[in-house]
Amino acid sequence: MSHKMTRGKRHLLPQELHPIDQWLRSERMPHIWCAGCGIGPTLYAWVRALDAVGIDKDKVVYVSGIGCCGRGSGYLDVDGFHTTHGRAIPFATGIKLVKPDLCVNVISGDGDIFSIGGNHFIHACRRNVDLLVICTNNFIYGMTGGQLAATTPLGDYSTTTPYGNIEPPFNTPYLADASGAVYVARWTSIHVRLLEKSITEALRMKGFRYIEVLSPCPVNYGRRNRLREVDDIAKWFWQSSVIKNGADTREVQIEKGKPIILGNFVKREKKRSYYNELKKLEEKVKRAAEAKK
Amino acid sequence: MEKTVLTGKHFWYGNIAIAEGAIAAGCRFFAGYPMRFPEIGGIIVQFEDELASMAAILGASWAGAKSMTATSGPGLSLMTENLGLGVMMEVPTVVVNIQRGGPSTGLPTLTAQGDIMQAKWGSHGPYEIIALSPGSPQEAFDLTIRCFNLAEKYRVPVILLASETVGHSAGKVVVPPEDEIKLIDRKKPTVPPEKYLPYKPDEDLIPPMAYAGEGYTICTTGLTHDEKGYPDVSAEVQEKLVRRLNDKIRKHMDEIVDVEEENMEDARIAVVSYGQVSRPAKRAVKMAREEGIKVGNIRLVTIWPFAENVIRKWAKQVELFIVPELNYGQIYLEVKREVAGNSETVLVPRMGGELITPQEIYREIRKVSKK
Repeated sequence: MSHKMTRGKRHLLPQELHPIDQWLRSERMPHIWCAGCGIGPTLYAWVRALDAVGIDKDKVVYVSGIGCCGRGSGYLDVDGFHTTHGRAIPFATGIKLVKPDLCVNVISGDGDIFSIGGNHFIHACRRNVDLLVICTNNFIYGMTGGQLAATTPLGDYSTTTPYGNIEPPFNTPYLADASGAVYVARWTSIHVRLLEKSITEALRMKGFRYIEVLSPCPVNYGRRNRLREVDDIAKWFWQSSVIKNGADTREVQIEKGKPIILGNFVKREKKRSYYNELKKLEEKVKRAAEAKK
Repeated sequence: MEKTVLTGKHFWYGNIAIAEGAIAAGCRFFAGYPMRFPEIGGIIVQFEDELASMAAILGASWAGAKSMTATSGPGLSLMTENLGLGVMMEVPTVVVNIQRGGPSTGLPTLTAQGDIMQAKWGSHGPYEIIALSPGSPQEAFDLTIRCFNLAEKYRVPVILLASETVGHSAGKVVVPPEDEIKLIDRKKPTVPPEKYLPYKPDEDLIPPMAYAGEGYTICTTGLTHDEKGYPDVSAEVQEKLVRRLNDKIRKHMDEIVDVEEENMEDARIAVVSYGQVSRPAKRAVKMAREEGIKVGNIRLVTIWPFAENVIRKWAKQVELFIVPELNYGQIYLEVKREVAGNSETVLVPRMGGELITPQEIYREIRKVSKK
């Protein structure tokens, strides 16, 4: 057992540990997340997937941005970087390119990745940087008090849209697909097993992989949108979701009153990755220099 | 592999000298427009914007690379966001700003020195930073290496405040043999992972730095944090952390601050200059000395932290400080503050676009010498 398995739980016997205890900085519990939040189950699915793939804990890097989900990197016992708002993806790109053997993950919210960080998301897709990006989409700016997000469904209420949202939201799987991500999936935080399988599949791949995880925020989204109780959003997800693996991402826009399409949508082979191309370039330049001599 | 350090004599633009200085300093991750990185096995990414470039060089530094980005004017405004993160996470990295006329898009790309205060105060919150200003291609090379060394030693982003006239003017650059270039590398932890506290400083106030993927389970955040790196947003922790972030620079000012003095022994007037303005200033002082005017030169190589002790020392002897700069008074304010009424301070401003001529500074010296 490594030292990390017992961080903050030295008094417990191995059989008393929870299966994911080795991934947690237990001394930091309790966490800040509200009852009914989907971030916890998402991280649970992620570490279970890391276990399933058998990735060395010392090689796992977790980069987050700002917001409720941003705090996750400080709760897990891996190299954790809690960066600035929207900039987790370029920060992670810096780490991954310097140490390509690391398993670099960005787990952050929809406000972080798609509002302020939208530009970095599409460019990282385009470059095909070897990152796994998991976005917990709760349709709202949760931490700052329930303001409109780039993912808030049309007509929904937020503190900044008291008469209903008039801005069409992003269809994030379509955005990822169109920008060139090699793996695109959508699940919800109540589909923990399927989410875990999807993350496992993504972890086994190379390139820019994106998984959207619809995540309840009863406090700042549900409360203003007739989904007030802790489990109202979970029930909505459960009752409205339809699993369509391989669905056309153009047709998975989330609209109130319509089915929520979940599934593993895109899985494509892509030979070009930023790092490989850079290394090829290096070889080419070296060969040209040799030829000159 | 191509030669890393191009030992020998060259005729280089300042911008080339900065790039070669960075390579000689061991920089292997650059975010921005390409340099000859593929030749030496470095990583280069031309990111989508300066926000991304700055974030990426922080990530690269955490992964163990010496990293750098470069911009001109407006780009620095975008970089200041993550410059603050670099200060808070204590990340060694280098930012080059080839200053041009502003505000806003301003004068692409004519010279200026308008970003002096931005370099110090651009990101929010109270912090100390290090900034150096080269005056020639040779110095661009030398100071870029020093920027890396200071960044590594003090775990802070260091800014090279060059300007267009340095970047785009060519001159002789002598690159020493590789083994004569003194490089400093960041302190690594000497304790095993279970005993490592990422933000527990040594006596010099600087904590050793582990890299990602080494098993030290780094926890770092832009939030106020304790020695474990855990967020702790209490007044007490903030006080302790921010005081240390400032003190680790302030308490090492003697080591960091670099000033060149000339003709100061009997000077009653001093011209305080930096960057490329030091060259016309030098000439102006020479012209005035030929007429018997007791004037000397104080040249700031480090802009931040400000050479306050030097100015305070000379304020006892010098009656008047002339500050020529390509802005509307920035270092002038610092000089005035340190002089504290003991001497007079005169600004020779130029808004940007072209250099101040030796004659302009000379005329000012003559004018004030008759007082």
